Amino acid sequence: MPDGNTGIGAAVKRKEDGRFLTGKGRFTDDINRPNQTFAYFLRSSVAHANIKNVDTSAALTAEGVVAVYTNGDMEGVGGVPCGWGLTFQNGDPMVEPVHPILAAGKVRHVGDPIAVVIAETKKQAKAAAALIKIDLEDLPAVVNMTNAVEGGTLVHEEAANNICYDWAIGDKDEVDKVFDGADHVTSIEIINNRLIPNAIEPRVAIGDYDAVSQKYTLYTSTQSPHVIRLLMGAFVLQIPEHKLRVVAPDVGGGFGSKTFHYAEEAMVTWAAGHLGRPVKWTAERSESFVSDAHGRDHVTTAELALSKDGKFLALREKTYANMGAYLSTFGPAIATYLHSTLLAGVYTTPLIYSNIIAVFTNTVAVDAYRGAGRPEATYILERLVDRAARELGIDQVEIRRKNFIPPDAFPYQTPVALEYDSGDYEATLASALEGADVDGFEARKSKAAKNGKLRGVGYSTYVEACGAAPSAVAGALGARAGLYESANVRVHPTGSVTVFTGSHSHGQGHETAFAQLVSEQIGVDIDSVEIAHGDTDQVQFGMGTYASRSLAVGGSAIVKALDKIIDKSKKIAAHIMEAAESDIEFEDGTFKVAGTDKSMGFGEVALAAYVPHNYPLDVLEPGLEESAFYDPANFTYPAGCHICEVEIDPTTGVVEIVNFTAADDPGIVINPIIVEGQIHGGVAQGIGQALLEGCVYDDNGQLITGTYMDYTMPRADDLPSYVVSTESSRCTHNPLGVKGVGEVGTIGATPAVINAIVDALSELGVTDMPMPATPQTVWRAIQEAS
Amino acid sequence: MATVSLTVNGKVMSAEASADTLLVNFIRENLGMTGTHVGCDTSQCGACVVMVNGDSVKSCTMLAVQAEGTEVTTVEGLASNGDLHPMQQAFHDNHALQCGYCTPGMLISSIDLVTKNPNATEAEIRHGLEGNLCRCTGYHNIVKAVQAGAAEMKG
Ligand code: FES
Ligand code: FES
Repeated sequence: MPDGNTGIGAAVKRKEDGRFLTGKGRFTDDINRPNQTFAYFLRSSVAHANIKNVDTSAALTAEGVVAVYTNGDMEGVGGVPCGWGLTFQNGDPMVEPVHPILAAGKVRHVGDPIAVVIAETKKQAKAAAALIKIDLEDLPAVVNMTNAVEGGTLVHEEAANNICYDWAIGDKDEVDKVFDGADHVTSIEIINNRLIPNAIEPRVAIGDYDAVSQKYTLYTSTQSPHVIRLLMGAFVLQIPEHKLRVVAPDVGGGFGSKTFHYAEEAMVTWAAGHLGRPVKWTAERSESFVSDAHGRDHVTTAELALSKDGKFLALREKTYANMGAYLSTFGPAIATYLHSTLLAGVYTTPLIYSNIIAVFTNTVAVDAYRGAGRPEATYILERLVDRAARELGIDQVEIRRKNFIPPDAFPYQTPVALEYDSGDYEATLASALEGADVDGFEARKSKAAKNGKLRGVGYSTYVEACGAAPSAVAGALGARAGLYESANVRVHPTGSVTVFTGSHSHGQGHETAFAQLVSEQIGVDIDSVEIAHGDTDQVQFGMGTYASRSLAVGGSAIVKALDKIIDKSKKIAAHIMEAAESDIEFEDGTFKVAGTDKSMGFGEVALAAYVPHNYPLDVLEPGLEESAFYDPANFTYPAGCHICEVEIDPTTGVVEIVNFTAADDPGIVINPIIVEGQIHGGVAQGIGQALLEGCVYDDNGQLITGTYMDYTMPRADDLPSYVVSTESSRCTHNPLGVKGVGEVGTIGATPAVINAIVDALSELGVTDMPMPATPQTVWRAIQEAS
Repeated sequence: MATVSLTVNGKVMSAEASADTLLVNFIRENLGMTGTHVGCDTSQCGACVVMVNGDSVKSCTMLAVQAEGTEVTTVEGLASNGDLHPMQQAFHDNHALQCGYCTPGMLISSIDLVTKNPNATEAEIRHGLEGNLCRCTGYHNIVKAVQAGAAEMKG
């Protein structure tokens, strides 16, 4: 181990902080290319219309304009592809309409791009766009999913009743039979409100083309540079990989929304080739609201069948999942692969049936947002459990304990495809109960009552499936790509190390956590380790960062490559120290011959590999560099318990979170500071969904919440400080025992908050609370109940 | 076009700007200092906050020409001789940044806040930073960092 502990479990301060604290971060908008032009997209201001005519003549002659393009100019350019294919229950493929780069004949949501103006300056491009004359024939907008599936106006002619797919998992007849004979059935109607991810850095894309090498470069604020290269190169622009480089430098947050391939990326790349000049596009925030994929937006009816003593017997649900106007990269997977499969939660419910109907509407595409399907499933389940406990008069903690999958039941096969490898739900529950001082709750409640406030406590015990892998399972459930990760470890002659990883950091601190891994495995100081990511010309391949997969999948690939490095190093050390390879032991960065005092440092071995004077050249190549691809055997299953305590002023409906406790099992922790930071951030977004955030479209498909004035982002004074703890149980199938932590906050927090509000208001007869639980919504519920 | 001259991080600088150029764009594009960020178009995210004559200002709410003759401090000007400002150090020590996009504005706002209210309580800090959005950290560690930075700045 190097000086000071910088290995696994050490609270190392982040290596990447220096550049961000001093203004030296390099975000995409900070990049400018010589002779660059600027793109401005003219977007639809209406939700649904036929395009009769687009007259660009005045724009074309405006000052500084280099080009104006509409769909007709882009012959041979493909549509934005979808990365996931599902089927109807009868086996028919889902309806998958073309998603053109620029609208073709029809606009389908406010923000749908109709034309792009490219000019010498941003200002000129924007001014010229205002000169484009568009003749639109308005069509009725399809906004509400319930109306959409009744037919009438169609978003896409080929999608009858606006249905993309009607998919199911589970044996409906078996489940119905149990419901028919059950002592008790608890039902609930849930709306998982539509959210707008809102990374603070807006999306940026710069296309560049080098005529000499005939090579394209796209600089883009993405979470998955290789995936963008694959999708855009192969499906949209037909550029082979070796002629296309995608660079994702520092990226200012993503939360899922920067995973997908977007039309603007293809547009600037194509235009750069066409014009022979770089083309830069920077989203304005109001553009982000109508062009970044949104999240959630599920409408669900769910029921839980129980015995009278509170044992869960079966669960069934029907969910309408909004796809928006077009299918985004992972859109169809969210409600199915990531939602239906999670409905067992931490419980032994033996039978589950889930029916998902995906619906096209005249709204922005919906795709993964932090948690992606798993918050929706957990919200349904934890609200159901909470309600069932109230209906049966069973304590909230007791009903959960009674149905927990016990620690000795792992590996545990759920009725919805997943096999959980490990977990200890009692441990995180106990930790949360202690952290939240639940024993003192009644006293706090009476005290609050004296001040005219209603106090409530809400629970959520959750599990999540993360890692977005293995490839075989993903493939069986519709993925059109593999979901492994790759790493390349290059040991330099003097023993410093560069790791090229296919994971991408946009706030997760990989440059520190991955360096800690290397430090632990081969004993070099973290300052001698560089983590390179985000450039397809540097990194061999990668599937990117989402679904809390970087450490579990990307980190495991690094470990695999490091194992190969150690193997080779042992051979080199054995040769030099004239010992048998089997006698070489490697510990704390030193190779020793067992039972002797002979040893060699890691750096000496590295040098020998590059200066192979005394070297087994007959059996070993010089150099010390290894690659690995890692495709996990299973998802990983982080779990935990979140407890929220609220105080409500019944006269105003204002909810204050007075305590928030999170006890999570993220598996083995590499860096506790980073883990806690991930929990804090996720919990804030989970609270955001519960109390503040909600994307609203009016009946005409106009986005009402299209700015930060209208869409309520959680701010510092909306949120409490959190009590956070971790209780680690090992993942059994990856070399590090890690599970993941990026999304536990959004999965665990939201139901805890709403259950706390319902608890506080239960004495008034309130049994339900829609999200976001704004003061007006809460106040109304109080009035209606009394 | 007008020539705008101002002192940025102690250095006198000038550049041409049109009458409608926002200070933030002037700093980023005309002066080429990209530490200050843009996160919105309605003056609500605080990514663009800089110090103008000792007060924190959202530089997207001010025209470059209005900054003529002022003293501006951006995130690039906080560290001196390679030493981080106590607030920068506190952000590092308390893991108060993740993606780092909000950080420049958050730092300037925090410094202004605790300069004017050295004994700010947690509630005052939260209220004082409500003009700065951070989507990554959940604010927990930012609040801790501001408390630590304030203590350090008092000396
Ligand atoms: S850029 Fe958002 S407040 Fe200035
Ligand atoms: S650190 Fe990412 S927005 Fe604050």
